[in-house]
Amino acid sequence: MNTLLEADRIGVAYGRHKPVDAISLSVAAGEILVVVGPNGAGKTTLMKLLTGELAPSAGTIRLEGVPLATIPAWKLASQRAVMAQASRLAFPFTVAEVVRIGIDSVGRALARPLRERIIADALDAADIAHLAARSYQTLSGGEQQRVQFARTFAQLQAGRQTSTRQVLFLDEPVANLDLSHQIALMESATGLARAGVAVIAVLHDLNLAATFADRILVMSGGRLHALGAPGAVITRAAVREVFGVDLCREADGTGGLPVVLPQHYAGMRLARGAA
Amino acid sequence: MTIAAEAPSVAGLFASRRRRLAIGVGVFVALLVLLAVLSLGSGAVKIAPGQVVRVMTAWATGDSDGLAGRDALIILSIRVPRLVLACLIGAALAVSGALMQGLFRNPLADPGLVGVSSGAALAAGFTIVLGDHLFGTVAAQLPFVLLPFGAFLGGLAATLILYAVATRHGRTSVAIMLLAGVALGAFAGALTGLLAFVSDDRQLRDLTFWSLGSLSGASWTKVATVTPLILPILLAVPFLARGLNALLLGEAEAYHLGIPVQAVKRAAILMVAVAVGAGVAAAGVIGFVGIVVPHLIRLLFGPDHRVLLPLSALLGAILLTGADLLARTMVAPAELPIGILTAAIGAPFFLWLLLRRDRTLDA
Repeated sequence: MNTLLEADRIGVAYGRHKPVDAISLSVAAGEILVVVGPNGAGKTTLMKLLTGELAPSAGTIRLEGVPLATIPAWKLASQRAVMAQASRLAFPFTVAEVVRIGIDSVGRALARPLRERIIADALDAADIAHLAARSYQTLSGGEQQRVQFARTFAQLQAGRQTSTRQVLFLDEPVANLDLSHQIALMESATGLARAGVAVIAVLHDLNLAATFADRILVMSGGRLHALGAPGAVITRAAVREVFGVDLCREADGTGGLPVVLPQHYAGMRLARGAA
Repeated sequence: MTIAAEAPSVAGLFASRRRRLAIGVGVFVALLVLLAVLSLGSGAVKIAPGQVVRVMTAWATGDSDGLAGRDALIILSIRVPRLVLACLIGAALAVSGALMQGLFRNPLADPGLVGVSSGAALAAGFTIVLGDHLFGTVAAQLPFVLLPFGAFLGGLAATLILYAVATRHGRTSVAIMLLAGVALGAFAGALTGLLAFVSDDRQLRDLTFWSLGSLSGASWTKVATVTPLILPILLAVPFLARGLNALLLGEAEAYHLGIPVQAVKRAAILMVAVAVGAGVAAAGVIGFVGIVVPHLIRLLFGPDHRVLLPLSALLGAILLTGADLLARTMVAPAELPIGILTAAIGAPFFLWLLLRRDRTLDA
């Protein structure tokens, strides 16, 4: 298999508390792996370990077979990009500048026209070209999130000049987005995956996860609960056990992907219909 | 989808920024030259701008005939060192402010805020008050040598204590550093007050005058002491710009973008300590330059550190040269302490920033 990123029984412990405990996974080039789980399951901590931001207290992570801890930050930046949840900025950078900062380091050797084209492409990919001259501070949360995606997108494109084997990390990338932009962002991520980028995303929406994931990793209490194809992992039993919610689960016609709806909502719908 | 045709192109946006920057640099340089000529010409002896230019050209070309006479002596041995000192210290204070604000991701951060200036002030106070006791009458000239050195060490010590308190496992907590800075500043202030309490009349006068800041003691010796400390920082600071820009997105984000975060933070802290320590040592406590100048640059040219740091240095030099000119001429033949002037302009500006911030950012 064309493995890019590999984690072997990684964990992190603060005293007795283990936010992430003995998780093993591997991601191949072109694959989309979605991590789901209830709040506090350790999803964000797992992302921090995999991006190299946090050193694991147990286990090893390898990127292209090289231990992650031994790769210097400047080199790592051309091999993987991380989209964090939307953050505020203390200073009035324009949207174009925020995206440009994403490639200032990685793309420092590139010629100006190429850099400007990368930025313009990234703005288009996130559907924010019309906001290029706006101050980041004045944008809505969803628009800020799209700027962060554009910044990550640009970083990957700039990094591609030196390293074509890349990983994209998305931590709740659609949390503030409207429905059409949720789909648009996931489609952009899928486009990157088609071009060979391995994508690891944390999502809360199980339907979105099932639609876009090649495989889904279900986390619970810091441990790996299940890892596999969406249809096999998002089951009524698994969701009840991990999330404590009863589902009306149906497999719809499109490729047998699961569509989930909590029974509570289903009950409310029935009651309204009757009234 | 959106109407992309109406939006300006990315290349166009960046090009217009560059044009604006070029014009700005031109205006700033012209302003600095103008102020320099005015500054060299004013004082107890008025010298016409034409004569100032003649003397300076003679000096630059090494024409010894043009350097004879009283005007040349006054300009070259008294006013040029003062001008150079004003430019260096103004640039150092403004750049320190910009560095601090980038490091703390807070537009209101200032070297005065995190105790660097207070530490320098305390060490200088010790030198003034205790120097006499320790070295007796033998060393009447000693404080003159010790004062700059002490202030510099004090500023550095304050920064290192702060760094030690705020850094755990190689990571600096910005919040703890700010809070510790406030505590350190208060503590140093209390000790400085105690020094004022035990000092005699002459020491008290020295202490007061020095804590208000003044360039009146400028000399080529002071220039020679301060230049090797400040000039390398001014030259090195653009190399931190990329890292500071990325840091504004967050420390994790900066790391993800390939920035050696801890190295950038350490370099910034050290540069601030040295620049402020050296500035305070040479001219006493001059406040608010570090907060006013970077803000004006951000308003005019945006927050990009690649522009902000060098232009802050330039505008800092302009501002302090202008303030010094005012300080010398407003109540001539007496001289106002320059710290009073910068505080009188800076404090209302700071309040205005707070009000404005309240309306725009937190709304």
